[in-house]
Formats: sequence, structure tokens, C-alpha cells
Amino acid sequence: MQTTIHVTINGKKRSDTVEPRLLLIHYLRETVGLTGPHIGCETSICGACTVNVDGKAIKSCAMFAVQANGCDVLTIEGLARDGKLDPMQQAFWNEHGLQCGFCTPGMIMTAKQILERNPHPTEAEIRDGLGGNLCRCTGYQHIVNAVKAVAAGKGA
Amino acid sequence: MISQQFEYSAPATLQEALDLLANEGAKPLAGGMSLIPMMKLRLAAPEQLIDIGRLRELNYIRREGEQMHIGAGTTHWDVESSPIVRAHCPLLSETVSNIGDIQVRNRGTIGGSAAHADPSADYPAAFCALEAQFKLVKKGGERVVGASDFFVDMLTTALESGEIIAEVIVPVEQRGTGVSYQKCVQPASGFAIVGVAVRVSSEFVRIGVTGLGAKAYRATNAEEIYTSTHDAAKAAAVVADGADSNSDIHASASYRKHLARIYTQRALKEAASRMG
Repeated sequence: MQTTIHVTINGKKRSDTVEPRLLLIHYLRETVGLTGPHIGCETSICGACTVNVDGKAIKSCAMFAVQANGCDVLTIEGLARDGKLDPMQQAFWNEHGLQCGFCTPGMIMTAKQILERNPHPTEAEIRDGLGGNLCRCTGYQHIVNAVKAVAAGKGA
Repeated sequence: MISQQFEYSAPATLQEALDLLANEGAKPLAGGMSLIPMMKLRLAAPEQLIDIGRLRELNYIRREGEQMHIGAGTTHWDVESSPIVRAHCPLLSETVSNIGDIQVRNRGTIGGSAAHADPSADYPAAFCALEAQFKLVKKGGERVVGASDFFVDMLTTALESGEIIAEVIVPVEQRGTGVSYQKCVQPASGFAIVGVAVRVSSEFVRIGVTGLGAKAYRATNAEEIYTSTHDAAKAAAVVADGADSNSDIHASASYRKHLARIYTQRALKEAASRMG
């Protein structure tokens, strides 16, 4: 019971033969070797595994790799360009939007989706948008500040 | 957490999917936001998954006369962000934006939520208030079932083996109708401890309740009282009468009933203020 999938990950095409029950997060971490997306709760609550599939932020612990067949997957590793951090990554750095860093890859992927859909969100909209990503260190204040900074054009 | 082994097929057409779903042990997979967590917990262990999440045939939103037709595979985000839905069925827009989080709404589908029939899901409150109709299809058959007959019990619907929802049909809201969805959210899961969807106009009122009992229901007794009195408090007072209320660590049965009354009152008042 193996299926071959063809996926574009961070701009690179690849094909792999996988068991249908392999979750996308395990495929990314163990088959592809991208350990940026993290495994937190494994119950689609915490959002640490958030990656972007075909333009949409999704929880990769709640999706089978076979469902990503033919899709474009973007992980935290695919954001920086030529050694330059993505504005959202830079803003998390500037604003101290992390302490232990465990939730950060998922936070950043979700935060980018929030601004793609609503470039100038209110603080309430940012907090609501990040509702599916849990952070146990920061109390969220600096994370929200980072998203606000990017919205204000201060990410880079 | 890894699910049990299963065979996976991704049919290219709805017809092909229905042929495969006629097999014993086959289960449809759409967004997977309910099924995959259940498979990981091994509460569900289908032998064969038929991926209907890629079928464009099930992914559309269109207005036909006085009805909105929404393909069962339409994601929560597609409903939430649809200008047609916002203009013609604002109760669905408001309700769907309350489901889960961005990531869940990006994957979860309207048909999947209905078919899963979680007693705490948001959508069913709106389906009841809207008297939604579900077009169900299976190999060699098609039928339409109304929301009140579709939701049978906890996680149980009128869907037969091999049958899937193809489309959800809801009325186009007429000018002068106010709507509201009021929800007491369980903060960790995002599910509704109680959620109440209301549509009200000078001619009618509809009240749908989720989270209180084993299945979402239309509170016709409260509707009748509101119709005759236009008093939100009096109508809300009976909304939980006769309901077999759920009880868990988040809310006891009597507290849930209390919440249903409070949130019904809020929803009625908010909807009435939006009648315009």
C-alpha cells in the first residue's frame, strides 16, 4: 500500500513513495528533512506544524502527505531569500516575538496568511487570526507586535 | 499519532468516487478536519479512503433564483470570503467565521462538517435556522433531505452507506431580514458550548441551536412565542425546554440550558437590530 506523490516544496519539485497514512508533517520532517515545522500537540490544536499548501496555511499534522500530491508546499525554510529573512521573520526578530522558538515557524506561517488576506488588521483581528497557534512563552504580546510591525511596513 | 493502514484513492470525477464509495469499508475524505483527527485517535479506522477533496464538481457557490447552492466540498474559507454568500446568506458568513481557526477553515468543508454532525459544531445551528436542504448522492441515486431530518443523533446523520452530500441548499435572504449567530466558545477547542443562530423579519423568525443536545435543532416553541410576543426574553426562556442537554467538564446540563437561554436572547436582539 504505497503511493507515489509529486510535490513542489519550497520551489523544488520532488517525488516520493509514501504510505497513505503518512502525515504531511512526518513526510516533511522525516522524508524531506525539513525540521522547521514542529510537532507540538499532534491534535490540530497548537499550530506548531503550520505550513502553507497551495497558498493556504494548514496544520500539517491533520493532513496526509498523499493529499498534498500535486501541490505547492511552503515551509518556514522557504521564506528567506538569498540569506535575507522574510519581513515577517525579521519582525519576529526585531520585536522579540519568540522565546523558546518552538511555536515560531507555525506562528510566522499563519501571521503571513493573516496579512495576505487583510493587510491592515486591527489588534483584535491579529489575535483572532493567531487563535490556532499556541505560544507558552511570550504571552503573545511581542508576537502581535511583530505582526503589527509588518503591517506598518517595518518588517524588513 | 498514526492512523491504521488504509488504501487511498483520489478519483478524478464524482461518478468514479461514488462507484468506489459503494465498496464496503470505504469512507469519503474531504478536508479531513474531523476524520483525520478521529483516525489518529483510532476512533475511526476506514479500510479505504476516497479523497473527494479534490473534486471541482463539489466546489462551487452559486445563486439560482431564490436559493443558494453550495457544493459540499466548498471550504469554510471559501464560504467566509465569498461576496455572494455575504450578500445573500449573511448568517452563513457569520457562522462560518466562528469555526475553528484559519488553518482549519482553510481545509474543512461545508459538507464535511454537516456529515460529521458534531454536536458542538457551529454550522448545524445555521443549517437549522436556514432550513437548509442537503442533496445526497450515491451510486445510482439522488435525494434531498431537510436539516431537521438530516441530523439524527450525535455524530449520526441520515446519510446511508455509500452516500455523500453533494450540495447544501439555503434560501437567499430577503431584504428586511436580520441574522445573528451567538456562540459561547470553548476556548481550548474553539467548539461551541452553545451556539444559537437566528433569522428574523417582520414575517418570520427561525432559531437554530447547537451544542446543547446530541444534535442541533430548530427551536420551534421559542419561535412561536417570539412570533406572538416579539419578546426575546420570553422566547429565549423556552428554548431549552424538553432538550436532553449534554453535560461535560466544560458545562453541566443545567448550565448549558442557562447558556442556551442567554445566547438565544442575545441572538434574537442582535438579529432584530439588523432587520434594516
